[in-house]
Amino acid sequence: MPERGEARRLSETAPRRIITVMAMSGVLVMAFILLFLLREGMPILKGASITELATGRLWYPVSAPPLFGMMPLIAGSLAVTLTSSALAIPFGVALALFLTEICPKRISGFFKITLEILGFLPSVVLGFIGMVVIAPFLQVRLELLSGLNLMNASMLLGVMILPTVATLSEESLHAVPQSQRDASYALGATRCETMFKVVLPGASRGIAQAAILGLMRALGETMVVLMASGGAALLPQSVFDPVRPLTSAIAAEMGETSVGSAHYHALFFMGCILLLFTLALNMLVIKIESRGEAD
Amino acid sequence: MRKSRVMALCLAVLTAVLFSGAAFAAEELSINGSTTILPFAQSTAEAFMKVNPGTRISVSGGGSGNGAKALIDGVTSIAALSREMKSEEIDAAKEKGRNPVQHIVAVDCIVPIVHPSNPVSDLTAGQLRDIYSGKITNWKEVGGPDKSIAVIGRDTSSGTYEVWNEKIMEGTAVTPRALISASSGALVQSVAGNTLSIGYDSLGYVNEKLVKALTIEGVKGTPDTARSGAIVTSRKLFMYTDGSPAGEIKKYLDFLVSDDGQRYVAREGFVTLK
Repeated sequence: MPERGEARRLSETAPRRIITVMAMSGVLVMAFILLFLLREGMPILKGASITELATGRLWYPVSAPPLFGMMPLIAGSLAVTLTSSALAIPFGVALALFLTEICPKRISGFFKITLEILGFLPSVVLGFIGMVVIAPFLQVRLELLSGLNLMNASMLLGVMILPTVATLSEESLHAVPQSQRDASYALGATRCETMFKVVLPGASRGIAQAAILGLMRALGETMVVLMASGGAALLPQSVFDPVRPLTSAIAAEMGETSVGSAHYHALFFMGCILLLFTLALNMLVIKIESRGEAD
Repeated sequence: MRKSRVMALCLAVLTAVLFSGAAFAAEELSINGSTTILPFAQSTAEAFMKVNPGTRISVSGGGSGNGAKALIDGVTSIAALSREMKSEEIDAAKEKGRNPVQHIVAVDCIVPIVHPSNPVSDLTAGQLRDIYSGKITNWKEVGGPDKSIAVIGRDTSSGTYEVWNEKIMEGTAVTPRALISASSGALVQSVAGNTLSIGYDSLGYVNEKLVKALTIEGVKGTPDTARSGAIVTSRKLFMYTDGSPAGEIKKYLDFLVSDDGQRYVAREGFVTLK
């Protein structure tokens, strides 16, 4: 019957079309955001060269004449991201290893739920804890000038990205076939040897991706660093120096700057820099994935 | 022919009545701008809506610059600014055919604050400038204990910073070592949590249970010294409208500067006009 045939054809093609349209609109929105970011960010290059922006050490955007040295801000972003990752990634991977290889099944369920709740914690709550609990503690105990610093923000960010790293690592550890573990035991390897020489290398690609996703989350996080990092545009000399990451500078200054000013364009340019960083990390993830396929 | 014309007229009158009725039923105002002004803009708006149930006022913060932009773009009826509109903002508004009109709605005073345990209670404007520019780095240089000073400031683009920069710094750059707080509330929290710190904030945000307010050259930050200008760090707070206000906008602004409205200004810790 032709009618039914037509109806079936429609029912087969319609979902595909709808999905295509939806996917394309996502791409389109992304493209427009990118375009907007570039359009608003690039005009700053009319007044200052890229080297001036990237290597300048003084961020005085509203003084006369304004100074747009972004090096302390970029360094702040990188310092916070790397320190928090250095704290969170070993913990996250160790936790994942514990959950898949050591912990009894019944208890691991409890741990996973706890991790998920930790992941739901709003960043503003973490920032507040950093400000009213950790900062005074650090300041008094370590006799620092201020407890709002790189270390404070990194610890909080570490707590924030820990669930991401741990959950994703746990998944990839879980994906290592049981037969490999059995083979390892059959060859006379101890549990420890099996864990570190068979399971961990087997999941290394997934763990690397988990780590990079954690890095990206830390790089883009705004609220925690805005509240706990101290906000001084300094090149950090130690982990107890205050920093001003790109994200917090954008969040704090965008609302008060006049639209179309050089400062406004500089803030958008910082958005472009952040985008560049996350793009690079994304490429890394894709590269790790494709290398896996080549194996 | 004539009948249809009458019909059309009736229809036109009817729609006009309906539309004006609808507009009257849901008169919407928006106030956008300075986070300094936000608390009393919010409470006066609520009080105004209670008396005028036909009017809805939405208040949003985002900063003085944001408020000015919203007025220029025509997306807000009132812009709240903790500074005077800059000439470039006025030019941009004129370009779009808008005419920003200034209204003074309250007075604010910025006071230096320290941790309650700090023995220092008075500084000169010069000392404050030297502390913020990084020339003075130890409390003993201004009569305190032999400890470093943790300088806490506000973002260079905040209205509070602008007043501080104009009245105290007089153009001298703030040391890059200064910690920066993103909001007035966060700054009080930071100072309250750090025995070595000094900061500055609007009188309305200074909670004497948490922090200690300093006098400047013997002048205490109070409503009287702010209104008279006796303290160097006082400033006026503004609202801007596009053209002379009319209708509900005028009614709200009149309410705000009336004794009833100013009571809310005082309740939020600001200084009233009278």
